[in-house]
Amino acid sequence: MKAKVKVVLKPGILDPQGKAVLHAIRELGYKNIADIRIGKFIEIEVAPNKSKKIQEEVDEICKKLLANPVMENYQIEYEE
Amino acid sequence: MRIAVIVFPGSNCDHDIYVAYKKVLNQPTDFVWHKETNLNGYDLIVLPGGFSYGDYLRCGAIARFSPVMKEVIDLAKKGVKVLGICNGFQILTESGLLPGALIRNDQRKFSCKNVYLRVENRQTSFTHLCSENSVLQIPIAHSEGNYFCDAETLSSLQAYNQIVFRYCERDGKITPAANPNGSLDNIAGIVNKTGNILGMMPHPERRVEKLLTREDGLKILASTMETFMRKI
Repeated sequence: MKAKVKVVLKPGILDPQGKAVLHAIRELGYKNIADIRIGKFIEIEVAPNKSKKIQEEVDEICKKLLANPVMENYQIEYEE
Repeated sequence: MRIAVIVFPGSNCDHDIYVAYKKVLNQPTDFVWHKETNLNGYDLIVLPGGFSYGDYLRCGAIARFSPVMKEVIDLAKKGVKVLGICNGFQILTESGLLPGALIRNDQRKFSCKNVYLRVENRQTSFTHLCSENSVLQIPIAHSEGNYFCDAETLSSLQAYNQIVFRYCERDGKITPAANPNGSLDNIAGIVNKTGNILGMMPHPERRVEKLLTREDGLKILASTMETFMRKI
């Protein structure tokens, strides 16, 4: 089973990378794109069962290491 | 005074700070590899600049879990002086020893240039040798030096006089133009509440000899030595 973790900058925190990509998209002529935010996508292979313990561990890993709560939010999804 | 310069994989300003303390200030100074777990007997721990772990994930995020950091955190909490420069500052915020975070520069580029710093708090063990209304010229070299924290943390930093250095003009005026990276409130360096931990983005170790154009950085490094009597 996989835990799929998305880490994104909190709303309101400047994302210069997103801004640069937004400029490039505008240069390409796409006028309908309002904004771009770039985050990280992390795939974690976990034990076959989505036990409560595993979920707690993955959450802890996100809090401790994968995301910095000062500037980032994260979401976890599990995939069989 | 004994100084430990912690070396992480990817540190690259470790030699500069080592030379500054060992050769310029004549203090017993050791390189300490990040796998070390005992820092007994050191009076000052330096987390140097560089790119620990290649800046993977976030700057300082992985170094923060290096074996030596448990000891650094323990000693810092006991009052041992800790100086984090550039990547060292990022490691200090990642480890929770200092509040806030260093995010990507607002102008999106790696910025390597001289900046002016106004010394906002001269009552710390890192700045007591600075004269009143001091403006120091010290270089920065970073991509992620944009200091960020929430409004509550900022007011607390201000209330406890924890903002030590702010980016300013040559004459000491704090302006948006003098801010090289978008840092909140032009913040270039902060201390913890008890004042024994300093994190700063500029590199004082690059301004310690006339040969390196100026000695402004020496005021900070020498301030860490209570007994240092040389007049600068």
